[in-house]
Amino acid sequence: MGVSANRRDVLKGAGALVLGFEFVADSALAADAPGQKLPGDLNTTPKISSWLRVEEGGKIRLLVGKVELGQGVLTAVAQICAEELDVDMNRLVITSGDTRLVPDEGVTAGSFSMPNCGSAVRQVAAEARQILLGLAAKKLGVDAASLGVADGVVKAADGKTATYWDLVAGGEFEVDATGKAPIKAREGRRYVGKSAPRLDIPFKVSGARIFVQDLRPDGMLHGRVLRPPAYDSKLVSLDSSSVEKTAGVVKVVRNGSFVGVVAEREELAMDAVAELRAQAKWDVPTTGETQDTVYDWLLRQEPEDIHIRKEPVVSIAEKPRKVVGAVYRRPYHMHASIGPSTAVATLDADGVTHIQTHSQSVFETSIAIADMLGVDKSKVHCQHEQGSGCYGHNAADDAAADAALLAQAVPGRPVRVQWTRSDEHKWEPYGPAMVVSTAATTDEKGDIVDWMLELWSTSHGTRPGGKAGNLLAARYLEKPFALPKPVNGGPPNYAADRNAIAIYEFQSQNVTTHFIPTFAARASAERGLGAYANVFAIESFIDELAAAAGADAVEYRLRHLKDERGRAILQKAAEMFGWRDYKKTPGSGRGIGFARYKGLAAYCAVAMEVVVDRGSGKVRVTRVACANDCGEVVSPDGVKNQIEGGIVQSLSWTLKEAVRFGPGGVRSADWASYPILTFSEVPPITVELIDRPGTPFLGTGEASQGPTGAALANAVFDATGARLRDIPFTPARVKAALQA
Amino acid sequence: MPALKVNGHSHDIDGLEDAPLLFVLRNDLKLNGPKFGCGLAQCGACTVLVDGEPVRSCVTAAGVVVNQEITTLEGLGSIDKPGKLQQAFIAEQAMQCGYCVNGVIMRAKALLDQNPHPSEGEVRLALDGNLCRCGAHNRMVRAVLRAAAEA
Ligand code: FES
Ligand code: FES
Repeated sequence: MGVSANRRDVLKGAGALVLGFEFVADSALAADAPGQKLPGDLNTTPKISSWLRVEEGGKIRLLVGKVELGQGVLTAVAQICAEELDVDMNRLVITSGDTRLVPDEGVTAGSFSMPNCGSAVRQVAAEARQILLGLAAKKLGVDAASLGVADGVVKAADGKTATYWDLVAGGEFEVDATGKAPIKAREGRRYVGKSAPRLDIPFKVSGARIFVQDLRPDGMLHGRVLRPPAYDSKLVSLDSSSVEKTAGVVKVVRNGSFVGVVAEREELAMDAVAELRAQAKWDVPTTGETQDTVYDWLLRQEPEDIHIRKEPVVSIAEKPRKVVGAVYRRPYHMHASIGPSTAVATLDADGVTHIQTHSQSVFETSIAIADMLGVDKSKVHCQHEQGSGCYGHNAADDAAADAALLAQAVPGRPVRVQWTRSDEHKWEPYGPAMVVSTAATTDEKGDIVDWMLELWSTSHGTRPGGKAGNLLAARYLEKPFALPKPVNGGPPNYAADRNAIAIYEFQSQNVTTHFIPTFAARASAERGLGAYANVFAIESFIDELAAAAGADAVEYRLRHLKDERGRAILQKAAEMFGWRDYKKTPGSGRGIGFARYKGLAAYCAVAMEVVVDRGSGKVRVTRVACANDCGEVVSPDGVKNQIEGGIVQSLSWTLKEAVRFGPGGVRSADWASYPILTFSEVPPITVELIDRPGTPFLGTGEASQGPTGAALANAVFDATGARLRDIPFTPARVKAALQA
Repeated sequence: MPALKVNGHSHDIDGLEDAPLLFVLRNDLKLNGPKFGCGLAQCGACTVLVDGEPVRSCVTAAGVVVNQEITTLEGLGSIDKPGKLQQAFIAEQAMQCGYCVNGVIMRAKALLDQNPHPSEGEVRLALDGNLCRCGAHNRMVRAVLRAAAEA
């Protein structure tokens, strides 16, 4: 089964299903009551033919706006589609992320793909099946309710059959979904709830073409961009004459402080940029924050204050309580994809720039690029191709913008731009540094009465959003596009303040977001957004309060937790870990962390053991147990893979990572200066799921980031008595904390 | 004539001796297996075998390995007929994005050729120079051990 699109085939719409007026008339598919919600993204794209087509050759084409990022989403939606339609999975051909062909499902992010795309596909397939059964009933002259389907073959009680493909006369499913077709009951399901092998993996183990990096259209040239030394630098002078004369260099593109090269060969493009770098003179800002000053900087800014939870504090009125507080900090973390961002762009004779990109937001990015190029949005066409995992808004869109700019200089020739490792490390938008301050009053038993949390953060959202100013290159052009005014995201998902409201029940809870509408370093969405720091703070602080109360960390949380699904997950993780019978050995300790992602999505609890070497300050994680509830599970192994990957990444963030930067530029420029967790540092991890069939898909890709960081801090505390509130927990920091 | 022997086939690389082996493999021979990750010998994504030894093709000039036996991911099997390690990676669903997988499989191939039954610790140690950002490490280790067990 192919997972990538052949655009011409899709445009032809060959053999798609036509629906007779008659059928619509007698099918009771009347319009919905106004305002009734359809599942997921059907609300914005209700027409069935936008999502699904019955095609010649026994194929079903599924068209989705969400894209594969290595999280397995296309396999999961294929499972759902095959299930509801009653066809074998290998009949599906998926087209995803092509701005001309698929429903606009916005950005593939925020653990929204299963709730929004998975739910829509489920309903679409169920409705398509119902329509097909109606057609079959007519053809076979029987009642639709008496028909059965196996792999697209509809069978009547008398043995007569008709296939989906017989029933199709050409045309399309030109009707809107009604939301009324029933979803298959759990019994008798073939795919959903079972781990389907991922569709993309056979390609990836064998070197078959699947990544955007593997595209080599005829006549392709190689583009590279000369990035400035530091943020907001201005190009003062550049003598590019020798580079321009170099054989094989097709073009040196200069537009303000944006400089790029297009060459016949990749190594030549790289050499040319090195030569240009040696020639270029820049005006580099001499002031700016560093990784160390950024926290004070955050506190010094004029913030927008948002009281996201305001309740009367009870302790003031009553007898004095014990008051405690703590401050937690996280640094800038990079997405740090293993494959640098890449895109291929071609300016066609009709004035359309076609771009193959691993962007998470093909629609909005194509509009932003049109804005940058000063052309109508119909003149930019983006197609998603898989890239290296991104974990949020990385440089994918910037590479697409670079390729688009360079392609304008060589009409008709495809230009592939692949960023260097150094550019990827230094120029991607980072997950922003944050300060989170917590305080609580407790009663005589040590239980929490009042709870307060304040956080300081810049924006976590500078995705392209249809605006050129969000594209790196556009800000350095002769006529630069300004960065749009940074925004925070409001309820119910929140952004900087995601998960800032604790799930626990206190007599009062007050939460304030101090949103800083400017930047110390380029920043945007990174896996979990503010949830990573907020859950780290909440789950560390509650652990501190449990310790102060002399209570067990799990029992203390349960005292304050009413949510049944939350309690179940917390208890399950504790049980998996062997929490009750845990025997401490010298230097070792255990910790737990828990959250419901966004307060409305997946429940996730992580328990782990660490061993701390007091001499070196090195923390070694020896084992991790995680319990997760993301509602109804489509592919258990797919969920486990995501959760496990999130745990490893969060351990890496929390143990090792901090972007180092300053007025001269970013100093974390490669893997030596920005190390990540390695094979021998990754602990054994077990993940178990509580499946909730019949409940909504909650998504899962970001659920384990916050609980992991907190569990680690709590385990180090248990092992050593030292409380780490500053991420990352480098050996030097741990040593200092042990000596304090 | 300088020739690059890749997966049993000989290719004339006249004039490309100074180009990085990785770019010759990817751009000239149109192989997708070896990946550009860092160009700095830091991540392992570009790993190929040269006479059975794992080599980082991003920092190796093509001219240096002429007439040696170069094996890439494609040399271990194909999508229709995956080799033993490739099958094990499918069986364990041992990846997320899969960008690092070329390097991991090629490094593991070199390990298993020398040490057909490594311990888990030996596998981890051998793979320590291969970076994975998706956190699929444990699955990949299981896949390598599975391939070894099925040998
Ligand atoms: S690309 Fe060669 S080691 Fe990273
Ligand atoms: S699977 Fe994505 S980098 Fe390893």
